[in-house]
Amino acid sequence: MIGVGAETWLILCIALPFTLAVAAYVVGPRANLYVAWLAGLAIPLASAGLCYGVVTEGAIRYAVGGWDQPLGIALHADVLSGLMVLLSAVVGLVTCLYGHRYLGGADDASSRSYWPLWLMLWGALNALFLAGDAFNVYVTLELVTLASVGLVAMTGKAVSVRASFRYLILALAGSLAYLLGVALLYAQHGVLDLVMLGEQLGTDWASVAACAAVTVGLILKAALFPMHFWLPAAHGSAPAPVSAVLSALVVKASFYLVLRYWLDVFPASVTDVGSFVLSGLGAAAIIWGSVQALRTPRLKLLVAYSTVAQLGYLFLVLPLLRDAAQRDAVVTGLICLALAHGLAKAGAFMAAGAMQRVAGDDGMHGLRGVSVSTPVAVFAFALAGISLMGLPPAGGFGAKWVLLDASIASDNWLIAAIMLAGGLLAAGYIFRFIRVAFHTEEFAGSVVTRHRTLEWSAMALALAALLMGFLVEPISIWVANAGAAGTTQLAEVVP
Amino acid sequence: MLYAFGGVALVCLGLYGLVALEHMLRRILAVNVMGTGVFLILIASAARAEGAPDPVPHAMVLTGIVVAVSATALAVALACRVAEQEQEGRPEGEVKP
Repeated sequence: MIGVGAETWLILCIALPFTLAVAAYVVGPRANLYVAWLAGLAIPLASAGLCYGVVTEGAIRYAVGGWDQPLGIALHADVLSGLMVLLSAVVGLVTCLYGHRYLGGADDASSRSYWPLWLMLWGALNALFLAGDAFNVYVTLELVTLASVGLVAMTGKAVSVRASFRYLILALAGSLAYLLGVALLYAQHGVLDLVMLGEQLGTDWASVAACAAVTVGLILKAALFPMHFWLPAAHGSAPAPVSAVLSALVVKASFYLVLRYWLDVFPASVTDVGSFVLSGLGAAAIIWGSVQALRTPRLKLLVAYSTVAQLGYLFLVLPLLRDAAQRDAVVTGLICLALAHGLAKAGAFMAAGAMQRVAGDDGMHGLRGVSVSTPVAVFAFALAGISLMGLPPAGGFGAKWVLLDASIASDNWLIAAIMLAGGLLAAGYIFRFIRVAFHTEEFAGSVVTRHRTLEWSAMALALAALLMGFLVEPISIWVANAGAAGTTQLAEVVP
Repeated sequence: MLYAFGGVALVCLGLYGLVALEHMLRRILAVNVMGTGVFLILIASAARAEGAPDPVPHAMVLTGIVVAVSATALAVALACRVAEQEQEGRPEGEVKP
């Protein structure tokens, strides 16, 4: 990393996937293998470089095209966005391997559209995490939507086309609500830069209305409880590598924006009522999602409902951000939970995909005794489940520990209780599948077909989720450092 | 101010359509009506008490229109695909929504 500045990595993180996406489209499926390897190596390298730079040197800003504020568009990278980029890099790297194996090198319609769309999605996600401008965020949100809708519809099956249409319409409505909020912000303050907006917003009704519009738009896209209905259909009907990316990264992108706005732009405009409403919806999501996951007859739907539940945690603890003493701890917990869930969920979907390959179907009944033919995938699923349940030493455990600590320290016992109950429910639906998988005497599929790459990709992600627990400590230090740097910067500006 | 209220009315109309309508094409149109409302609000915000209007919202609306056109194209393509599949009869894997 010597000689190359963090700014270069920042640009490469966005430019590389888009360039490769266009190249993959132009060259066609002949070059799939090379595209997969090139993307899988180069983009994570750039992301790691960026993350390293952000952690060692602090937040960076880059004025695109040399145009300065307020006219220019800035790219902004700090610890939060750096770690999200890193998460996409890890999940993306494994998805490249898995996707290449899952779709095969065959020259069919789905493998032709997979690589351009997936790389486009990767680039759009990175651009979203690094955007420092409210309108640029809108554009990247739409890019993410269009690419993910394309990926869901890729197989051309009637179920997935219908699911993707519903997903598209709702996502468009969400983006428009977000844009409405941005319009209100601009009409009032005349700037779009997120940092500059944060310095100007107050508690007046227009700021609160803008905050509400932005938040409602984003939670529609993040599939928070009453607006979650599109998610299981879309995530459950997509091919496994696509579901993994959608559940691990795409919904996380909307959550990242909620967090970014609540931390940097709206800290003054968020009302107590608003944050407790979101928290209540989060609690409802945990319960409802888990109960649905306990009832659904298909494995991939189970994993998708588990996403609804896990997203609930992220919103459940938002009121704790209002307590200044707990802010750093809550931010750490939220980042860790988002990362751990991203890794574990991608692993779980990939494991489900590998089992589906063997059993020919992802119905719970067809998967009886699947541990005979895909032992590694079942093990990976269980390891990912450990993180979802929040058992030590997994990332989910560390994150929930930090959040529990914060909620008890600020006397929010109800939040702590719901988090613990959610862990129990998660254990319920994970074990529900594990039990089915070990009915070995009833196994109907063939034992011969092994999908080593598929199984071990899932395993790698599940292990990463497990080892994430050891990253909680460093992340809390980085967040604290960044917070301290932020306050000194502000202190310099004020006099 | 009149335009801003017109925009708000369009957003509400589009939102109502989105919730109430069943037909795919109508829902696409509802989203477009909603989008136009947001664009109208943006344009209205460009007006200033004196001097030339602010150009930045215009640039945003232009970009927004490009995004809306491509999203609409994708939505219409998906709706066409669904219609084709319905004409071919019940394809495999179909479940009641």
